[in-house]
Amino acid sequence: MATELRGATELRGKETWGLALRKHWRLYSLALLPIIWFLVFRYLPMAGNVIAFRRFRPGGSIFGEEWVGFYYIERFIQDQAFWQAFQNTVIIGALTLVIVFPLPIILALLLNELRSRVFKRFVQTVSYLPHFMSVVIVAGFVFELTSLDGTVNRLVKLFGGDPISFMQQADWFRTIYVSSEVWQTVGWGTILYLATLTTIDSQLYEAARIDGANRWQQTWHVTLPGIRPTMMVLLILNIGQFMQVGFEKIFLLYNTLTQPTADVISTYIYRVGLTSGQLSYATAIGLFEAVIGLVLVFSANAISRRVTGSSLW
Amino acid sequence: MVNTAPAPTTDAVGAETPDLSRPRPETTTVKDTPGYTVFRWVNTTILVLVAAVTLYPFLNLAARAFSSEAAIRSGDVTVWPIGFNTTTLMSVLEQDLFWRNYLNTVVYTVVGTAIAMALTTTFAYVLSKKYLKGRMILIGFAVFTMFFTGGLIPNYILVSQLGFKNTIWAVVVPQAINVFNLLVMKSFFENFPEELEEAAAIDGLTTYGIFFRVVLPLSKAVLATMVLFYAVWFWNSWFPAFLYMDDPQMYPVTVFLRNIIAGATGTGEGLSDVAVQIGANVKAVTMLLTALPIVCLYPFVQKYFVSGVMLGSVKG
Repeated sequence: MATELRGATELRGKETWGLALRKHWRLYSLALLPIIWFLVFRYLPMAGNVIAFRRFRPGGSIFGEEWVGFYYIERFIQDQAFWQAFQNTVIIGALTLVIVFPLPIILALLLNELRSRVFKRFVQTVSYLPHFMSVVIVAGFVFELTSLDGTVNRLVKLFGGDPISFMQQADWFRTIYVSSEVWQTVGWGTILYLATLTTIDSQLYEAARIDGANRWQQTWHVTLPGIRPTMMVLLILNIGQFMQVGFEKIFLLYNTLTQPTADVISTYIYRVGLTSGQLSYATAIGLFEAVIGLVLVFSANAISRRVTGSSLW
Repeated sequence: MVNTAPAPTTDAVGAETPDLSRPRPETTTVKDTPGYTVFRWVNTTILVLVAAVTLYPFLNLAARAFSSEAAIRSGDVTVWPIGFNTTTLMSVLEQDLFWRNYLNTVVYTVVGTAIAMALTTTFAYVLSKKYLKGRMILIGFAVFTMFFTGGLIPNYILVSQLGFKNTIWAVVVPQAINVFNLLVMKSFFENFPEELEEAAAIDGLTTYGIFFRVVLPLSKAVLATMVLFYAVWFWNSWFPAFLYMDDPQMYPVTVFLRNIIAGATGTGEGLSDVAVQIGANVKAVTMLLTALPIVCLYPFVQKYFVSGVMLGSVKG
């Protein structure tokens, strides 16, 4: 399909901005409000990160009052509580990546082996539902199920154990957090894999079968290579979000008792910045987190492009 | 005006979407090996369990909402109400603040979705024009914000300084464009039949006319998908309201619910008076009423969500 309007083709490459603006001013004008929105609500806060290096006075300029250099950076490097939050972030991020990332692939492969269309559709419909629930509802479910009168403790008692107050014990927090992530995201995560699976040529399976491959070998040598590009793209995106582990959910679930394992960088920023009002200090930590995120996604992308040939850009 | 053009496909999105429920095609009718038969039984069992575990919290919630306080405290309620009553439901429904917050959620969702759709569709249309000078710069300008953001504190300072605190704008404006949705719409518009736009241009329509009178009316399916994505997002959103609103009369129902959950479990920060000591089933009833619209609507609109995700996956 031709993708360019007639008349635009021959000018491509030598078209100046003046000419382009004159010819397509209506089109550019449609982009005006969105561009202003991005500048104000995305790029201005980015520039606002400068207060990590400047003293900020409430009610003063959003870019702060005076330069203080690396004062706030040095402060958080020596801050024990920050390193605790950093460690928790890395652990929860790693657990999420290792446990939550592969499960949709497995679920998609299992669904792919079903022969009943009705049953397959039923499982899909049910498993997508949690994705559409507010994180407040999900937190509510967690509290209901893990409370002393909840279902989990009913099972514990059934097997002869003593009831556990799960949400008050730091040891349990990671397990509970990751389980709730699994519950909420795994079903919806299968969609892209299932979509990719429908594009695999059935002749490949036929050829593999003629070569004597059993069902397992067909999965290993045909299905998995077929979904590898999708896997890589999703892996890169997941790695990019490694540091921003579900802030809203942890914020809803944690308390002072579970804080030793539950406090992550983003919740620490909230407490330092908005509860204690140390805005510049919290911004410095936030900037550090954002830079790590950016570095992670660029490196994951570069490594993936070199090793597997699939990448985001 | 454009009736000289080929017949448009009004349901362009739905038509292109592969059927995800279609079983893997069986190319031959070879008999299953015994091992594979066992696997199929195990597989079916696993998937039944997956569905059961996914549904259980919802069933448990509904059972708790209509059970007696004593039955809940004793920990006997699973998927069926014990000591059935609607007392708690009625008492929640009689609370003015609950209705006020519920109404706020509806208003925030409608206004937020309208603003989001206006900004997202216009920008996506511009970005879909491959001949447009500066297109790649604008795409990079938008996509970069997916990977690097200003962070909590600079955003908080910005929204406060704009005077958005305790107004609806704090909730709806800063989240108005979701870059993923923007890219989905862009790839939809890229595949829009170009002949239709050319015919409209020859008939004398300007870019505005083409966009509003030809492109948008023929993109209803993708627009419906985007409306659903944004509406769910705004319905479920709680943190911006929690952060920027001090007046309980302004809260959306999600913050009302959050305060009940936080109050009942002693999470601490920012408790409201309603939240202090609340019985277990008030929590269940409020959760149920908050989740209800989405759970009820979901089976009918699920295919739009699925097609939206797949449209986005066409191009990175």
